[in-house]
This record gives sequence, structure tokens and C-alpha cells, in this order.
Amino acid sequence: MIKIKNLIKKQKNKHLIVEKGVSTTLLIIASISILASIGIVLTLLIDSVNFFKEVPLSQVFSTKLAPLKAKDPSFGFLPLIVGTFTTSIIAMIVAVPIGLGAAMFISEFASKKVRKIVKPILEVLAGIPTIVYGFFAYSFVTPLLMKIIPELGSKNALSPGIVMGIMIIPIVTSLSEDAMNAVPSSLREGAYGLGSTKLEVSTKVIIPAAISGIMASFVLALSRAIGETMIVTIASGSSKKFTLDITQSMQTMTSYIVEFTSGDAGSGTVGYYSLYAVGLILFIFTMLMNMLVKYITKKYRREY
Amino acid sequence: MSQAIEKDNLTVIVNESKFKDSYIDRDKAHNRAKRRVIFSKAANILFSLTIIFALSVLALLLIQIIQKSIGWLDWQFLISKLSIRAEKAGILGVIIGSVLLIVVVAPVTLFIGIATAIYLEEYSKKGRIQSLIMTNISNLSSVPSVIFGMLGLTVFGRLFGLKASILAGGLTLSLLVLPIIIVACQEAIKAVPKNLKEASYGLGASKWTTVRKVVLPTALPGIMTGCILALSRAIGETAPLVVLGIPTLILKLPTGLMDDFTALPIQIYYWTLDTVLTKEYANLAAATIVVLLTLLFLMNSIAIFIRNKYQRRY
Repeated sequence: MIKIKNLIKKQKNKHLIVEKGVSTTLLIIASISILASIGIVLTLLIDSVNFFKEVPLSQVFSTKLAPLKAKDPSFGFLPLIVGTFTTSIIAMIVAVPIGLGAAMFISEFASKKVRKIVKPILEVLAGIPTIVYGFFAYSFVTPLLMKIIPELGSKNALSPGIVMGIMIIPIVTSLSEDAMNAVPSSLREGAYGLGSTKLEVSTKVIIPAAISGIMASFVLALSRAIGETMIVTIASGSSKKFTLDITQSMQTMTSYIVEFTSGDAGSGTVGYYSLYAVGLILFIFTMLMNMLVKYITKKYRREY
Repeated sequence: MSQAIEKDNLTVIVNESKFKDSYIDRDKAHNRAKRRVIFSKAANILFSLTIIFALSVLALLLIQIIQKSIGWLDWQFLISKLSIRAEKAGILGVIIGSVLLIVVVAPVTLFIGIATAIYLEEYSKKGRIQSLIMTNISNLSSVPSVIFGMLGLTVFGRLFGLKASILAGGLTLSLLVLPIIIVACQEAIKAVPKNLKEASYGLGASKWTTVRKVVLPTALPGIMTGCILALSRAIGETAPLVVLGIPTLILKLPTGLMDDFTALPIQIYYWTLDTVLTKEYANLAAATIVVLLTLLFLMNSIAIFIRNKYQRRY
């Protein structure tokens, strides 16, 4: 009897050791994702510090960007920031009405059958690699727009903005639709019971109830547009002029990074460090967006 | 259902308008109701137009790309090496590059992803560490891919001295898709019914045994589906690889993980950029896009197949 008890105890101890070992190993592997974040922050910070040591802040927020000039290069990032936000805002102008309309259609108007056909289309649209959209913007949308606006440059901010908008439609739609679906049907039925039409139900009941999710979807889509690289790199070009003219080439933060890592600046120069400073600014922007999303969902969330 | 209500609405009002002695102006009410219904119907059409817009953009994109690739996409294109001359260029090396990338990304992400998901779902207690890792993953997934490229360039490329090799590219992409895989694995593990686990514990199995013998096998289809979808994201990703500094024209076929390489999306990028020099490069890019999209379509079909065939609902 005692023997068996000992055996059980031994077995139990063995199990405990295995359990502990497994648990710790898994924890270590799980922290790799944290390491990645730390790696990103450190990478961006260390070389940015080098940059900000050499370039005063007043220059950073000026409009003159000439990083490759051999004599007296200038690093004003405002053209990049303006370029980034211009293309992103064009994208939002396209994506918000269409994405929201599609979400309302799928969630409130469409029958089950139609929904089943429509949702996969949006998923396909979301699954297309951005490089394909870039090709589409450069080789199809730009020439098409040139027929309408003759003074449009072959590289411009308008065409990638529009295509980027198409790219983020699925984000707006699927997240907004999720939020609308989460509105309890009792609210919906109540409004219908009072004699509302579908349009009145969606605009006066569903949208106010789902507003936090809808806003979050907008911010997320904007953050995707800001971080989008290939479409703007291909179709918007690399003009470093400070301009608000969307028919002309504008460089975004992401395409600046791509241009510079493609081997124009040697390691250790200010030009090379500027890359990390731009990366840091971009990172801060997207993190702010991320925090905004969390804030919106937390603050305006309503539990039913 | 609501259609019926709308119709009922109308009919009710129409019927009532026969009672002339009421002090409500029935005709006015009737018109108003009619107007509201018309508005709603107009909105329905307007909103369905957004879907038609999305559909037509998709169709346009595909038609335009396929049109450009016709005559360029043939067997010869798939099995010959890159070349400066458009009519001789092929993408064998590019396809090999993409495949080798997946050879790196798949095991690395699968291993880390599954382990992290198991830890989060089965081992960690609700508390600081768990919420730290979860927030971290959600933050990581919102970082632009180009920044992952900078991480890869700095850490894998320069610090570890891997340069622009397949290994460096693969590791960079692994970090990029890691959040997606972790979340997918978490969902799959969460979907394992509790009674299966409890039955296992009831038989005296330890946690690790339960995870190995019950949780993982049951969650496997879900995990596979998620992983294939994440890998298809990795295959189409361009920006991190471009940032790593992949050389423009590689004529040698890659043979090992330390070789220079080029992958499908990068080749599309370079060819698109160079259309200014040689017009035919646009056709090459389009043909490569068709190959890439076909590949993605196949991977997604496999994922859907696995989901439908093996995923059981409990």
C-alpha cells in the first residue's frame, strides 16, 4: 500500500516537474512577441537619437527636404507628413462612404442569400496584396484619371489615394458590420414595430448604437492607409517638394523609407539616420491611432 | 421580414384613409408614409451600388491584369531565369525565392504561434503577464509592415550579418505574420469544447498531456486554416523585403537559405518601376501578378477545404 502511495507520489512529482518545465518554456516562447516589439522600439530609437543630435528640431519640422544634396542637406519632414496625410485623406474620402454604405447594406438591407454572396467578394478584395493594388494604380487608374484631368502627372497623389481607399473599404465594412450586427435585434424590432422604414432603423437606431465600432473602424482604416507602402511608392513617386497639389507627385513617410533603404545612403550618414527618424514618426502616428481606437471602443461602448 | 412590415404599414394606412370623418388628414399621412418608404428603397439601391462598385473594381483589376499578361504568361515564362530582355525573362528563380521564404516562415511562425497561443489559452493565469502579451500582440499587428522591414534590416540584416538573404527575409516576415498566427491559433484552441478537456483531466491526465493529446489534435484544423491564411499574407508582402535591400536583378537561382533572392511581389515591384524604361515590363509584372494571385487563390482554397472538411462543431 505504502509502495503504491510512493509510486503515485513519484509519478506526481515527475508530472509536476514536466508541468513546470513546459509552462516556463511556453512563457519564454510567448515573450518572443514582446522581444519583437522591444526590438522595433529600440531599432527606431537608437538611430533616431543619432539623427536628432545632428539635426535641430526646427529643421525637422520645416518644409525643405533635400536629403541627398552633397553639400548642406536638409531634413524637413513636413512634405512627407503632408504627403502621407493627403493620400490617406483621399483614401478615407473614398473608403468611408462606400465602406459604411456596404456595411449598412450587408447588415440591414440585404437578404441572407445576398449577404452570402457579397461578403466573400469583400474578403477577396481584402486578400489582394498591396503590390497588386500599386500596379493597378500606376498602370490603370493614373492613365484613366489623366483622360479626365489632363494636367495630372504620371506620378501623383490622387490615384494612389483612391486605390488605397479601395484597399481599405473591406476594413471599414467588415468592422462596421460587426459593430452593427452586435446591436441587439430587440432595438431593431422595436423600431420596426413603431413603423420605421429600413433606412430610418439604420440611420436612427443602428448607427447611433454601433457608433463606437464604426468610429474604430474608421481610425483603423486610416492607420492602415498611413502605414501603407507599396501603392504610394509606386504611384505617388518621390518628389520632395512641399505641395498640397494632389495632381502632382508627393512622397509619403513610407515611400521615403523605401527609397532610402534601397541603397541610396550609406550606413552612418545623417541621411541613413533620417530613415529611422521618419520610421519613428510613422510608428508614433500608428501607435496613437491604435490608442485612439482603444479609447473609442472603451469610452463609447454600450453594453446591451 | 421588414419588407412585410413596410408593406403592411402601407396597406394599413391605405385602408384607413377610407374613413373620411377622422380629423387626421389621411391623404397627407399616406403621402408621407409613401415618401418614407420610397426613401428607404432609394437607400437600398444606393447602398447596393457600393457593393456593385466594389465588385466592378475587383473585376476591372483582374481583367486588366489578365489582359496585360496574355501572350506573356506561358510555360517558358515559368521555367526560365530572369533576364534584362523582356521577351526572354522568366520567373523560375523568383518562384524558388518565394517558396524558400515560406520554408523559413512556416516552421518559425507555426512553432512560436502555437506555443504562444497554448500559453495564453491554457497556462497563463489571468493577470499582468497575459494582458501584457495580449496588448503587445494587438499593438504589433497594427505596426506598418515597412517598419518590420526596418527591424529586419537593422537586426537580422546588419546586426546578425544575414544581409538580404532568404533567412533574413523569412525571419522578418515571420515577425510580421506572428500576431495573425497567434490570434488564429488562440481562436482555434478556444473553440475546443470544455467537456473534452474535462474528460481528459477526469481520467487523471496532466495539463501537458491534455494539451498534447486532446487540445492540439482537436484544434489542428483551425490552426492549419489560420496558418495558411497567414502564410498567404506573407507571400504577398512586399514592403519589408524591399526595405531589406533585395538586389534588383538576380540571374542566379537561389539554392540555399543564405543566398540572395527575389520573391514574386518584389519582382512585380521592380518591373512596375522599370516600365518607364521598357514598356514590356508592365506585361511581365502583370504575368507575375497572375502567378501570385493564382498561388494565393490555391492557398485560400486549401484553407477553406480544410475548414470545411475537418473542422467539427461541438
